[in-house]
Amino acid sequence: MKLIVNGESREAQAETLAALLAELDYDGNWLATAVNGEVVPRAARPACRLSDGDRIEILSPMKGG
Amino acid sequence: MLTLYGTEVSSRLLLGTALYPSPAVMAEAVRRSGTEIVTVSLRRETAGGRSGGEFWSLIRSLGVRVLPNTAGCHSVKEAVTTARMAREVFATDWIKLEVIGNHDTLQPDVFGLVEAARILAAEGFQVFPYTTDDLVVAERLVDAGCRLLMPWCAPIGSARGPQNIDALRSLRAHFPDLPLIVDAGIGRPSHAAAVMELGYDAVLLNTAVAKAGDPAAMAAAFAGAIDAGRAAWLAGMLEPRDMAVPSTPVIGQAVFS
Repeated sequence: MKLIVNGESREAQAETLAALLAELDYDGNWLATAVNGEVVPRAARPACRLSDGDRIEILSPMKGG
Repeated sequence: MLTLYGTEVSSRLLLGTALYPSPAVMAEAVRRSGTEIVTVSLRRETAGGRSGGEFWSLIRSLGVRVLPNTAGCHSVKEAVTTARMAREVFATDWIKLEVIGNHDTLQPDVFGLVEAARILAAEGFQVFPYTTDDLVVAERLVDAGCRLLMPWCAPIGSARGPQNIDALRSLRAHFPDLPLIVDAGIGRPSHAAAVMELGYDAVLLNTAVAKAGDPAAMAAAFAGAIDAGRAAWLAGMLEPRDMAVPSTPVIGQAVFS
């Protein structure tokens, strides 16, 4: 299915958010995720089913002022 | 000691982690500043990327508390969502809440700020609101659950120093017991000393240190200025006078004419 990951269109096989992270080679307990503007905590990722067209944000710590 | 939402800190300098020439220079500036609190953000991680993990482990190695921000958010929803994500990643209820209202001045959208602060405070966040020096907005933020305020003294990164001393004084006078931290607009150590002399509790800096010729040395210079300003406030300063007043005794002066 087609997903928008961090603003970019992607084809993915994964059916859950946890599987998507693995498919795209994301790893680390410092990642934060949201689907269609709603926060999905780490523990909820395996049960978070994705649908065609979902917008996914994958964020991590960065410098800031 | 300064108490921020129940946490005591001895340093009155909060330092940003952006814009340094390198991570090593940033780390050295943090050490030389003596700060106990640094600001961080959340940004998109590229697929397979590890940049966030590397940055996060560097920050953790510095032994400081982190204050995540919502920098760049222009709406209540963006800011609230970012805050919720930051809470999970950084494992803290602290959030430096920014809701930007104008691209050119980076002036806070104070209406959105109050709304977002109310939502986040109700969810147990300890909100550090980046606000203007407007007294009524400050009152609304306190009403929304903020237990400290972070007014700007000039636009972010402008290095112009305090632009409205009267407004800063007014905030201090109206909130004698609330921690007040000047966030944004400081350019040089004398600016930081000036706001500390007004009785402000702390200063949050980034650009003025990061963009200095020697960021670590400038961090130390700011730390000294902040300590001096604080000590002066506590010591009680002489008020300006219209006329000259001699300091050397007049009585006992020789007469040679």
